[in-house]
Amino acid sequence: MDWFYIQGILILSGIYLLAVLGLSLLTGFTGLFSFGHAGFMAVGAYITAMMTVNFKMPFILALLVGGVAAALISLLIGRLTLNLKGDYFCIATLGLGEAIRLILDNVQYFGGARGWPGIPLKTTLGNVIVINIIAIIVMANLIRSRHGRNFIAIREEEMASQIIGINVFRYRMISLAVSAMYAGVAGGMLAHYLGFLQPKMFQMAKSTELTIMVIFGGLGSISGSALGAIVLTALPELLRSFAKWRLVVYGLAVIFIMITRPQGLMGGYELTFKNIKNFFSRIGLKANEKTSIGGDQS
Amino acid sequence: MIILEMRNVTKQFGGLTAVGNVDIQVEKDSIFGLIGPNGAGKTTIFNLITGIYKVTEGEIIFQDHPIDQLQPYQIADIGITRTFQNIRLFKKLTAYENILTACHYNASYSILDAVVRTPKYKKEEKKLGDQADKLMEIMELKDRKDIIASNLPYGLQRRLEIARALALNPKMLLLDEPAAGMNPDETIKLMELIRQIREQFNLTVVVIEHHMDLIMGLCDKIAVLNFGRKLAEGTAQEIQANPKVIEAYLGEEEVNC
Repeated sequence: MDWFYIQGILILSGIYLLAVLGLSLLTGFTGLFSFGHAGFMAVGAYITAMMTVNFKMPFILALLVGGVAAALISLLIGRLTLNLKGDYFCIATLGLGEAIRLILDNVQYFGGARGWPGIPLKTTLGNVIVINIIAIIVMANLIRSRHGRNFIAIREEEMASQIIGINVFRYRMISLAVSAMYAGVAGGMLAHYLGFLQPKMFQMAKSTELTIMVIFGGLGSISGSALGAIVLTALPELLRSFAKWRLVVYGLAVIFIMITRPQGLMGGYELTFKNIKNFFSRIGLKANEKTSIGGDQS
Repeated sequence: MIILEMRNVTKQFGGLTAVGNVDIQVEKDSIFGLIGPNGAGKTTIFNLITGIYKVTEGEIIFQDHPIDQLQPYQIADIGITRTFQNIRLFKKLTAYENILTACHYNASYSILDAVVRTPKYKKEEKKLGDQADKLMEIMELKDRKDIIASNLPYGLQRRLEIARALALNPKMLLLDEPAAGMNPDETIKLMELIRQIREQFNLTVVVIEHHMDLIMGLCDKIAVLNFGRKLAEGTAQEIQANPKVIEAYLGEEEVNC
């Protein structure tokens, strides 16, 4: 394997990590399932490409514009659907994702269904890593604040959160908008990595894939989502030598995790130094217990 | 001084009248009891006060302001909070996190403050932590700080729910069957706890309960509901002597022929 190929996988992992991170806030921490995040990625991708290609904007600024555009679309749809109960919201996002794709299919300005070639290749491993680090820090800081706790409270018990004064609708809107913004930026980076955009790239299957990554990594864990994104982006590539069977193996791997570890890889825990230390000290304790069996309990 | 007043409140679900023309006045700093057989509409009244249901007719006034059109979170903002008959904790969070979450109301830093960790964030977050610690101390939950809420014993879950409600610094606390499932000993402890927090937090308490010793021993005033209507209101002695109440609870006196 040459470096160019590995670098490609890393960049793609990084891009999906970003989108999954956003979805993690919505699904893992706020408890709302979305099957339309590919739609937000599409909005981000096309708007970012429009900014760099047609308006000659610098890449980073264009990414921000793309992210904000996705967030605005999400606010619009959130206004209408966030009062819906869980499952209905999920269906609404599914519809939204498909609607965005079909609209893009018909917008000739963006090349329609034929696609949009010639987008400058500006996504590098360097800026992917920097953006991901910033995104993870922002997300971690957001989660570990009173706002983050409010998201989790809503996931845990909606009525009780209202009773302690949390404006559930507002916090869901914030969660949706932040998560759409992450997806939008990820879309923008994807566009400038591939250099080509086509609405077909943002089908429902893509949204489902993002959701699978979040669940695979473990709901309510930032490090879990990151791990899920990296493993599930890299896995199909590692399995390339299996040719036709690789997607079967991919599916089996996901099912295997669902059965053996339904709470996901990280199961709501975070990969922090403190937790790692605790984990090892617990293993140490167990080992000690085993050796001291039969001894005095004094 | 009257802190909460329900004026001619009616709540209908389709054709069913869950609460009909109820008038209730709650004195500030008192403990007010709400009793009645199952299905009498007691919890519905709590749901009306806290904005979970909207009244069909009538008015609810809290500190001279009508509150019947407010959302539940706004009701919490003006200082009314409650516990639930079937405990509604944030089950997967620890006891401490449950309380800390509810303390959010006492901080004002924005999302941006949180993301870039401004001094304001640090200061207020510390304040919230202190407040949560203090509440755990008062409610004697300190040694269970890091236990996941759903793993707590039943009695402590109820206690934690009250602690979470107190984190809002409420003016009025609604307790929905706080002693349900408790043995007599725990019930007496709970009674003392309710008295103590009322003193300490300057609260007005409204309590729904089926344990008569708790209600009779604790409440300054009691209202009796039956089939959504108010049957009687008064002090413990008055209620105990009221023939209508006895009839609702024990059935009609047999007529001797």
